[in-house]
Amino acid sequence: MSLNKNKINDFVVRFANVNGTGSASANFLFAKAIFRMGIPITPKNIFPSNIQGLPTWYEVRVSEKGYLGRREGIDLMVAVNPQSMLADVASVRPGGYFLYDNSKKLHSQYIREDINYIGIPLMLMCNEAYTDARQRQLFKNIIYVGALAALLDIEFSALEGLLADQFKGKEKLIPSNVKALQLGIDYIHKNFKYPLEFHLERRDLLGDSIMIDGNSACGLGAVYAGATVAAWYPITPSTSVVEAFSNYSEELRVDKITGKKNVAIVQAEDELAAIGMVIGANWNGARSFTATSGPGVSLMNEFLGLAYFAEVPAVLIDVQRTGPSTGMPTRTQQSDILEAAYASHGDTKHILLFPSTPKECFEMTADAFDLAEQLQTPVIMMTDLDLGMNDHVSKPLVWDDKREYKRGKVLNAEDLDKVEKFGRYLDVDNDGITYRTYPGTHPSKGSFFTRGTSRDEFATYTEDGGAYQRNMDRLIKKWNTAKGMVPAPQVYNDKNKFENGILFFGTSTYSAEEAMDLLKEQNIFVDAIRIKGFPFNKTVEDFINSHDKIFVIEQNRDAQMKSLIMIELQIDPHKLISVLNYDGMPITAENILKQISKNLSLTQKQKVKN
Amino acid sequence: MTYVRPKFRHPELVKNKLGYTVDYYEGALSTLCAGCGHDSISAGVVQACFEMNIEPHRLAKLSGIGCSSKTPAYFLSNSHGFNSVHGRMPSVATGANLANRDLIYFGVSGDGDTASIGMGQFVHVIRRNLNMIYIVMNNGCYGLTKGQDSATADNGSKNKTGQVNLFDSIDLASLAIELGSTFVAQSFSGDKTQLIPLIKAAINHPGFAFINVISPCVTFNNNVGSTKSYDFVREHVEATATMDFVPQMQEISVNYGKGSQKQVKMHDGSVIQLHKLAEDWDPLDRQSAINAVLNAKAKNEILTGLLYVNPDCQDLHHLLQTSATPLNELKKDVLCPGSEMLKEINADLR
Repeated sequence: MSLNKNKINDFVVRFANVNGTGSASANFLFAKAIFRMGIPITPKNIFPSNIQGLPTWYEVRVSEKGYLGRREGIDLMVAVNPQSMLADVASVRPGGYFLYDNSKKLHSQYIREDINYIGIPLMLMCNEAYTDARQRQLFKNIIYVGALAALLDIEFSALEGLLADQFKGKEKLIPSNVKALQLGIDYIHKNFKYPLEFHLERRDLLGDSIMIDGNSACGLGAVYAGATVAAWYPITPSTSVVEAFSNYSEELRVDKITGKKNVAIVQAEDELAAIGMVIGANWNGARSFTATSGPGVSLMNEFLGLAYFAEVPAVLIDVQRTGPSTGMPTRTQQSDILEAAYASHGDTKHILLFPSTPKECFEMTADAFDLAEQLQTPVIMMTDLDLGMNDHVSKPLVWDDKREYKRGKVLNAEDLDKVEKFGRYLDVDNDGITYRTYPGTHPSKGSFFTRGTSRDEFATYTEDGGAYQRNMDRLIKKWNTAKGMVPAPQVYNDKNKFENGILFFGTSTYSAEEAMDLLKEQNIFVDAIRIKGFPFNKTVEDFINSHDKIFVIEQNRDAQMKSLIMIELQIDPHKLISVLNYDGMPITAENILKQISKNLSLTQKQKVKN
Repeated sequence: MTYVRPKFRHPELVKNKLGYTVDYYEGALSTLCAGCGHDSISAGVVQACFEMNIEPHRLAKLSGIGCSSKTPAYFLSNSHGFNSVHGRMPSVATGANLANRDLIYFGVSGDGDTASIGMGQFVHVIRRNLNMIYIVMNNGCYGLTKGQDSATADNGSKNKTGQVNLFDSIDLASLAIELGSTFVAQSFSGDKTQLIPLIKAAINHPGFAFINVISPCVTFNNNVGSTKSYDFVREHVEATATMDFVPQMQEISVNYGKGSQKQVKMHDGSVIQLHKLAEDWDPLDRQSAINAVLNAKAKNEILTGLLYVNPDCQDLHHLLQTSATPLNELKKDVLCPGSEMLKEINADLR
């Protein structure tokens, strides 16, 4: 294998562990140390739907160029799980490295001629250094981090700094961890050539970036947005959204004098109850949200229809996972798009937001509460397992103290005194958005009956088809108003220069951006747009109309975003070419490149618009 | 809708302490069948709220789907109402209550809405001791879909087409007691003297107050052989006690007949006066209450009155330690930690 000079800060390490053995914190230590060396990384946790015993992997891509998508091809495999070892050996790229525990001799079935083996007697070293069984287990992980530090040139001070942070208040645990790191380092120094041809060099490429998972950012966004009622039902991969909201609330929402909480968090009996509580709270003037995944959204359909039709705000964070049904509960996908967009029976449409980074998770969660209250309708955040549960290098979270909560059209008692006759569904401003009141506002004015049945402008039950239709048409008028309110797409070139374009959203963004660079290297030039919200606004329509072909990149089988574009913008299906990935792993740039270049003929590749 | 309630009222209608006459507490004209038990219950709600001097706008009405769930439109038109989805009223009430702890939450449900599709939410709202009134207008059948048996129809009871119900009924009152409901009462829509004080006591109760009201369906379940017909219920009612609800500071002026008296002091100093009929029953003792209900059922009787109460209970807000100020009144200055705090959070994430 010839050495690649570009291998400084450009490689993939994968750890093969057993779930529940303490490997997660060791692996995080490895990733975060590289982050602290100023080098872009992308960690991915590939875990089973299990608490203890099944194989789990952790993959870290290091990229000097700052590519934060996943990359195929494992340069270094840290294999400490005998269960998955055969597949783990096979997944190393030719010329790559296989680090394993050689306390026992490696069976011949694991031997490949085209890869390099680094055997470290992890078990024997632990048995010698530690007496406690749990410690022997845990420190095996830290020893291999030490070995990697030597092989890849991780700065020891970065590791020490992280241990100091991790064990703040429990400092006596630090020396035994340092000892384990040192054992690993010393073993490599004594027995192997180091560093490997691919390794790390300190950089200053990250500026003030942070490392955070999308779910934490959503939870924190809800705190900043002023959410006071959270109702939820546990489901992977969304659970940590409410856990984060709860943890941040413990710090930030407890009254220092009374000890009382300025928040109420309820673990509901199921997803139906969770969304019901959210709707009840929003109806009553509190900002309220829930977090769930596809199966939960299926259950919430009925209530989403009620909230749409009765015009009650609601914020739902959908951390998508691989469907259908229970699917692959711990793998990622973007496959709830159509379900979310048209949730519930009858003519319904819902506002969707598509964050692609933790920073956007934070901001868009706050936006979601504003939009839900301004538009008096559910707003669904379409995040996914990859964004939600993996740590991401992200620009720091930003909050503008001048930002006010946009509570929408709500009449208070003084307003009601000035109103001659209050009509809950009367389109006074001709934008489709009507005025609401909270219960308890005024003794004699503003009360109304919220219902899922048809009603007239004054909220009185009616089966008059004309009144029903007027209401449905007003809801479409409101929908059109929403087009100007949801986040505008990101357009990558100032002018649409090329014949073809690519369109993507959410976690496909990292790899799509990387793919653009790869395409350029092959002399394929495309314009690009990233969708951030639904309904699609004019910019999306214009972008599609001004290109011959649009490659729609998405992570599901049925090209759901393509369908949504076809339905909502009346686009010719032949114009939209799907670039799909639906194996449960995050899409890679190579995959996108392959699918696009296969489609384009050489002549088309170079065509620039006149 | 072509029906209009006449606006004319007797000029000398009595006013309550707030200066409202009883018609201020009424709602839209009922569209239920003439003689429906539910309308009597609605009238009882109107009377109870009028007599308790409740500001209608400080009460929120919530319901699910079905004939019973339509009734909130027929009382308290100056209150906000929320007719939600089938069997899910408890969750909407929970969210609403969490948002504003200062309002009265008045939930109305039916036997289908509670004992079938809504059983899960019914169970869990009890478990959380949400501070609300939960009335089931129980007629043992699905009126709005034309008379199918519900899960509270008794085994052997005949519906209008003569079909005999094959399954045992779910007894909502004993179930509620067993689940830990902190106020459980049972009554009959035709017995206003009993029902109105029960509604008042329920409104005053600081936790989950459940009233199961047998309310005959005149159209689909009022036939011979039905155990939820007017005739059957009148013949088989057995009251636990006569009862009166005495608000705080008001002089007790109720006359009681023979038997032992029992006073239950509520958290705010108001009193429920009970004149016991059954000697072996104690409204403060769960076990005795469950026994009394089940014993009556075994004798084909419907035990009515206040069956069980725990006046010292702690509601959901207490358990969650939420602020005394309603959450929906908190503003950005209290809720938003601000940019300086975010800088610290960012720093911890590096």
